[in-house]
Amino acid sequence: MDKLIVSSSPHFNGKKTTQNIMLDVIIGLAPAMIASVIIFGIRAAVVIVTCIAACVASEYISRRVMKRPQTVGDLSCVVTGILLALNLPVTINPLMAVFGSVAAIVVVKQMFGGIGQNFVNPALTARIILMNSFPAPMTHWTDAFDYSAAADAVTTATPLSGMMYVNSPNSAPDYMQLLWGTHGGCLGETCALAIILGGLYLIARKVISPVIPVTYLATVAVFSAILGRDPLFDLLAGGLMLGAFFMATDYTTSPLYWKARIVFAVGCGVLTILIREFGSLPEGVSYSIVLMNIITPLIERYVKPRAFGKPKEKKGKGAA
Amino acid sequence: MEQQFPKHPFRTHGGAPVPHHKNTWNAPTAVLPPPERVIIPMQQHIGAPCKPTVKKGDHVYLGQVIGDSEAFVCAPIHASVSGTVQQVTKVLLTGGQATEAVVIESDGQMEADPAIAPPAPVTNKKELAEAARKSGLVGLGGAGFPAHVKLNVPDGKSIDTLIINVAECEPYVTSDHREALENGKNVLEGVYKVKEILDVHRVIIAVEDNKPDVIERLTEIADDPEKDPKDEVRVLALKSRYPQGAEKVLVQACTGRKVPAGQLPADVGCLVMNIASVSFLASYMRTGMPLTLKRVTIDGSAIKEPKNVIVPVGTPIKDVIEFCGGYKAPPRKMLMGGPMMGIAITSDELPILKQNNAILAFDQQEAKLYETTACIRCGRCVAACPMELMPTKLEKAAEKKDAESLLALDVMTCMECGCCAFSCPAGRRLVQAIRMGKSIVRKAGKK
Repeated sequence: MDKLIVSSSPHFNGKKTTQNIMLDVIIGLAPAMIASVIIFGIRAAVVIVTCIAACVASEYISRRVMKRPQTVGDLSCVVTGILLALNLPVTINPLMAVFGSVAAIVVVKQMFGGIGQNFVNPALTARIILMNSFPAPMTHWTDAFDYSAAADAVTTATPLSGMMYVNSPNSAPDYMQLLWGTHGGCLGETCALAIILGGLYLIARKVISPVIPVTYLATVAVFSAILGRDPLFDLLAGGLMLGAFFMATDYTTSPLYWKARIVFAVGCGVLTILIREFGSLPEGVSYSIVLMNIITPLIERYVKPRAFGKPKEKKGKGAA
Repeated sequence: MEQQFPKHPFRTHGGAPVPHHKNTWNAPTAVLPPPERVIIPMQQHIGAPCKPTVKKGDHVYLGQVIGDSEAFVCAPIHASVSGTVQQVTKVLLTGGQATEAVVIESDGQMEADPAIAPPAPVTNKKELAEAARKSGLVGLGGAGFPAHVKLNVPDGKSIDTLIINVAECEPYVTSDHREALENGKNVLEGVYKVKEILDVHRVIIAVEDNKPDVIERLTEIADDPEKDPKDEVRVLALKSRYPQGAEKVLVQACTGRKVPAGQLPADVGCLVMNIASVSFLASYMRTGMPLTLKRVTIDGSAIKEPKNVIVPVGTPIKDVIEFCGGYKAPPRKMLMGGPMMGIAITSDELPILKQNNAILAFDQQEAKLYETTACIRCGRCVAACPMELMPTKLEKAAEKKDAESLLALDVMTCMECGCCAFSCPAGRRLVQAIRMGKSIVRKAGKK
């Protein structure tokens, strides 16, 4: 008889792997990608493909250069690429998209140790880097269904920036338009319906738990109402849906424990509305999520599960 | 105060949807013919090892004491065949520790020790514990904790609930399932005995709901207006979610009570006994024959004819597998116990122990080790942990050999059920790391 393999229990492993989780996320993002191509034309597909290719290449090359095990196969770089693309306007110069991809993968992800080690969301951070590097191209919006290159000359407003700058009480937002995404904006901040569909798929597949999206959206709605804004508009406009279902739920940069996740998501919601109401930017989703990413370790320090059968800690016991 | 019976199990935390693979539940248990020789280790329980009381050349009867010790946490060991002691030697057990073992050459007669007689009827707790000790009974669910220690409930603690563990949540294992179907009446006899002696008025027979036939059968037998006029013995169907059969989880599912860290079920008024243990106790009371036989599930992708077999303790695993038609593929990994908590063994020449409930042999395909990749912090391990720990943080603290953090993360509460590692998409060896963490904490405590 050959030598038997000896290993520590358990000797069974579940079917989920990092790779098939990431594949599920890609499937979850498919409706949003399809919607963006329908709304903005073939150029949206170019942006998406550019970002994916640049992210995969960055991941591959940086792992090679660092002589570390290759991790392209886990598909997480593809997810980053798609998420970044969905955060860009369709008119973006492809070179800028490549720059953002390299920043996301090399600087934010690989320099901190690769998958599972980055402390902020790579796609969102790349978007912020691009926003600060190229503010004009990053806020150059075209109208939906205007596929012509001539449209590039005209900048239309996104619903959020429209609300911010025009601020006229008469121009009531068209909710159906927001839901279907037939308005200006980033690739992924247009069609709320497609994103909700993808988000529900992830929840059904148990890739994400509903804790973060539900808490995030509920906080935004409540806080928006408190400040006298239009909650439904705040929910449907901008990158909130994409942020709540696909960005804030990023495993690495959100807390492990569900109660800590609630704190995290409430923080995201409050910050989003604060930025939208008081900030000089029309949109606050990316900054609010990245800020909460940064304080995730702090939340985890204070909000943690109590081990089975462990008595509640009494206050003022510190003397010992 | 009268205790209510729960209609549904109480909520427990976490767990994992492990595949059941209960391939052998439907076939009657086979009985192994007397083996040529048995190797009986002197340590088949948690606690102090026994000292051999026989020497080379001695003739032994079936059921004769061949090892005992003065220590309290210990259970005597009996000959499982009649024959001649071939040698007293050292064997390596699964944990890698050497222990003494008595090797008996069987004479094929299975001649019982003439001194064996039914014990005097037990009338109180002390006598029950004494009888349990004499019988050599250990927790047959797998842990092998001496039964008399458990039954000897300290005077200050009162037990209001007896829980009979028929959860059998480990994949493949069906030995308790067969015990319930084939020996149900005996089980209930043992239940009534323990219930009477310990003066318990609520007995919950807890069965996972993937065994509807067991639930039906035991409910039928337990509905006995003569022996249980007040209907104090009832069957509770548990959710089939691993690890329902883990003692603390089971107590919580049956009573809603949480056993405090570092304490025992008795501290919350519960006593948990495995179905095979309580059934054996009943037979012992009737016949006086100590624990020498064990029902084990033989299964796995490398086994030709998987089935349950009743075997004498100490039978080499190889003999039992030959009885099951041998291997149909070269075994690459063999386990004592189920795949979630069982121990991988190095050879099929090791003997079957009292607390073994299964021997699994896997072929190349199933023995393959899964790949480990980086932790993605998905939190599945945290959600799966029945003890509400944070396995990934424990792993990181163990890697850093950080005893202080390990303690702050309650490493000692871990029962090594394996839900975390099972749920991990990165295939991380979380349980292995946590075991290492425990030894780091133990070492740090000794300094």
